[in-house]
Amino acid sequence: MDPIERQSHAGEPHSARVRSLAASATTAKSFGHQPIRRHWRSLGRFWSTALAGEMEYQANLLIELLAVGGNLAGSLFTLSLFFGHGQLLGGWSWNEALVVLGLHTLLDGFAGTLLRPNLGNLVKQVQSGTLDFVLLKPIDSQFWLSLRSFSPWGLPEMAVGLVLVLVGASRSGARADGVTVATALLMLASGLAILYSLWFVLAATSIWFVKVWNATEVLRSVLAAGRYPLSAYPPALRLVFTTVLPVAFLTTVPAQAILGIAQPRWLVASVVVALVSLVGCRAFWRLALRHYTSASS
Amino acid sequence: MQPLPPRRPQHQRRGVPLRRLRSWLRIARVLLLSQYALMLEYRAEILLWALSGLMPLLMLSLWSKAGVSAASGLNPMALARYFLSAFVVRQFTVVWVVHAFEEDNLLGRLSPYLLQPLPLIWRYVAAHVAEQATRLPFVAAMVGLVLLAMPAAAWLPSPTTFLLALLATHLAFWINFLLQFAITMLCFWSERASALERLLYIPYLFLSGLVAPLEVFPPAVRNFALHTPFPSMLYFPARLLSGESVDLGAGFGAMAAWLALLVPINLLLWRAGVRRYAALGA
Repeated sequence: MDPIERQSHAGEPHSARVRSLAASATTAKSFGHQPIRRHWRSLGRFWSTALAGEMEYQANLLIELLAVGGNLAGSLFTLSLFFGHGQLLGGWSWNEALVVLGLHTLLDGFAGTLLRPNLGNLVKQVQSGTLDFVLLKPIDSQFWLSLRSFSPWGLPEMAVGLVLVLVGASRSGARADGVTVATALLMLASGLAILYSLWFVLAATSIWFVKVWNATEVLRSVLAAGRYPLSAYPPALRLVFTTVLPVAFLTTVPAQAILGIAQPRWLVASVVVALVSLVGCRAFWRLALRHYTSASS
Repeated sequence: MQPLPPRRPQHQRRGVPLRRLRSWLRIARVLLLSQYALMLEYRAEILLWALSGLMPLLMLSLWSKAGVSAASGLNPMALARYFLSAFVVRQFTVVWVVHAFEEDNLLGRLSPYLLQPLPLIWRYVAAHVAEQATRLPFVAAMVGLVLLAMPAAAWLPSPTTFLLALLATHLAFWINFLLQFAITMLCFWSERASALERLLYIPYLFLSGLVAPLEVFPPAVRNFALHTPFPSMLYFPARLLSGESVDLGAGFGAMAAWLALLVPINLLLWRAGVRRYAALGA
């Protein structure tokens, strides 16, 4: 037993100390005098080291390109089956549906670049007990856990998604004026915020359940519903995809914004859902930390 | 250290064929029961895996919207039964041997396994079969829920159809398993074998009939798909289970042909791989 350990009186176990330190690290204003600049500088270091590490595995690029190409061909083929006889898919034309598919591809690439490497790590750190070291760092723990790692292998998928969105939008005659672009970007940002919150909350439940990695697989398989416009689903599922699992705000609403056919109440709802889920996931992390009992206790 | 028990002489170990058969049956029973106990321990995790196979049900909800199926000339009830069958077949043909093997290799568990007088493949086969047994109640519950939502789609396959579908599903599992086991054997040469498995999943996803029954494919694509092993891995057993008329001879013939191709490939790769294997630290 080291002297510091002995100093803490018998009633206070190791885990309580970790918890109180963790709480102070999350709640205290960063003790640098320029917190925002400090976070930006950390982010630069995080991603440059992560990138340097990933460059060890250059064969991954070939595999990723093949996977992206195969997935693109397969998704386009599946979508074309619904348009085989000149009918529409839930009132959406082929070009409009391409925008939805493109947004889904873009978000999947985003998940592969940031969410999977980082939040997958969170689960591993709870399992192996190294989360203690993260909580003791003089930086916001949610910031560190969400952005520490960066995988360049999701970037080709994001690029393909962006191309699909642009092709679909221009072929369905969407206007590119300032208001449309601004709304579209705002809706995309809301979608990203909702997606991030869902992933983070799910990964944070590992504090209680430890083995939740395949829960993210369930999330992924449900989010695959976002490949197709919401109106293509039966009414009961539509309700589920707007209220229980906000798949609608991830792809359909941003696509409507891009095409300039979004209803104002959906735009407002999307922003509200995004803000609520961001605040909610922050609060959930605080709650999780209060329940965190460290590895050996 | 305990002294090793004396080895029984060669002629006594060989035994008569009947005795060997009995000992094999005992090994199979013990292996399956112990793996089943292990899988029951992880039943919450297996429930989550079962839930992650929702794809055919999502596709069903898309196809069932009026207009889509009518325009493709499909009977909505037959379509519902097909996707429900595809969901069930997929649940009992999921294979994850490449991940299990990779972990065993990484953690150094492979060396003691290789020393046992039992070919390694049977350990993984038993694990998969035990996992399927653990899945059974979850899958039954999910099918029950779907049928509650659309009672008109309920059907009862005849005993013959059911047994044939059971056989076809199990053979589909073997094709899945051997295809992935061949990739798993590449673990002996490369550290990226699971990435290759990801690549294999893409044509499986789109050509096996998971996203749509093969009848709605354009003829050229359907023809191409039928020359790959993927329809045997899902489409044929699912269609059989759903009670549609199928060409039994062609379906089982294709399965036998793919198995006849995959078994020797796996044997060759296994022998070459084990020869290459150097235990941890060597």
